[in-house]
Amino acid sequence: MSQPFEAVKVSDRVWWVGAVDWGIRDFHGYATSRGTTYNAYLVLADKVTLIDTVKAPFMDEMMSRIASVVEPARIDYIISNHSEMDHTGCLPQVMAAAGPEKVFASKNGVEALEAHFRLGGRVTAVADGETVSLGDARVTFVETRMLHWPDSMVSYLSGDGILFSQDGFGMHLASTERFADAIPRDVLRHEAAKYYANILLPFSPLVTKTVAKLKGLNLPLAMIAPDHGPIYREDLGWIIDLWAEWAQQRPAGKAVVAFDTMWGSTDAMARAVAEGLLAGGAESVKVMPLASCHRSDVATELLEAGALVVGSPTINNQMFPTVADLLVYLEGLKPRNLVGATFGSYGWSGEAVAKIEEWLGRMKVDLVAEGVKARYVPDAEALAACRTLGQTVGRALGERCAASG
Amino acid sequence: MKYECTACGYIYDPVAGDPDGGIEPGTAFADLPDDWVCPECGVGKDMFEPLE
Repeated sequence: MSQPFEAVKVSDRVWWVGAVDWGIRDFHGYATSRGTTYNAYLVLADKVTLIDTVKAPFMDEMMSRIASVVEPARIDYIISNHSEMDHTGCLPQVMAAAGPEKVFASKNGVEALEAHFRLGGRVTAVADGETVSLGDARVTFVETRMLHWPDSMVSYLSGDGILFSQDGFGMHLASTERFADAIPRDVLRHEAAKYYANILLPFSPLVTKTVAKLKGLNLPLAMIAPDHGPIYREDLGWIIDLWAEWAQQRPAGKAVVAFDTMWGSTDAMARAVAEGLLAGGAESVKVMPLASCHRSDVATELLEAGALVVGSPTINNQMFPTVADLLVYLEGLKPRNLVGATFGSYGWSGEAVAKIEEWLGRMKVDLVAEGVKARYVPDAEALAACRTLGQTVGRALGERCAASG
Repeated sequence: MKYECTACGYIYDPVAGDPDGGIEPGTAFADLPDDWVCPECGVGKDMFEPLE
């Protein structure tokens, strides 16, 4: 029977059976401006195996793609590499519809799936390094704990040489193209960086360790098939090396100025700070008014920056709420090796600057200049102080970059 | 001294130990077996840092 959705061939026996979410723009607080995909893969081995599923509302699309190549009731095994609901939301319904002989997850995955769906012990735990036979094919599991959940693992299909890397090497990018080589490299790089910055950054030391672990296994790799975004079948080293480099969190010559403003005063200060940063030696400055720049875009810019300068007016003795939103988000992402400073206008009291300095200090941002406050509307002297603040940060940034080689 | 898991934020307190993981109260972080893992997220000892 013809199906409204069709599977896409990945290799002789592997088919992409995922779903494309063209419309999603807010992925738990991450601005997915290009949408996303939830990738699931069907292995037509002796034991027909489904690797991961999709977000619940997209179950029909996945089942239709599966049915375009095999009756869903013929699925013998389901592998759950990651318990998050964008990959498991329809798992109980798929289990009910397909009646698989076994469902596999990591030990932590079994616990997490139970806590999500109360499957009553119907998921089998596999150990790190364990291999399961699919009859004429073999799958080996490698745990990748905390990349980016405790349950995370990847599955390697021998023979085809495909690494099903769950969220590893993924990106949020909706497209009809299933392979990375059909998508412009600058789009891939931007979305890969955004994904790394917003999902993986806090776990960078583990990324370094896990990339080394995977390389150490010497698995012949023909493809990397993640759970979001395109599949890599050429130049696999490109994405692996990018992740390895981002995990180092090296200082870079770019500075980010993030701020909000009430009546334009902190905005004027931000522009003076930016001029100072350039004059002081920053290679590039990204000025990000928080009324129009999303927190996840600030995080993305910061991935390849070395300075963070934050500005806020004082409102009711507090920093602006959008600034607090950014700081709570960034603190969780644990950016490292940043220099920084703070500025802002105020009418009376003026607590915002000191509060932001305290927060940045907690985030281990090296504050290299005393914060600049301007009463109501900055005069020429206050703007000059902002420029000087920028210059001081720019010089410190230049020294950091030179020292790190 | 207490140690924090850099991956998930769990804090190992030697006074409490990790009874569910078979670690007696009063066990210093340095004396934990090499194969001990974070009870919260499962990463290894090398991902822990001393808490200032």
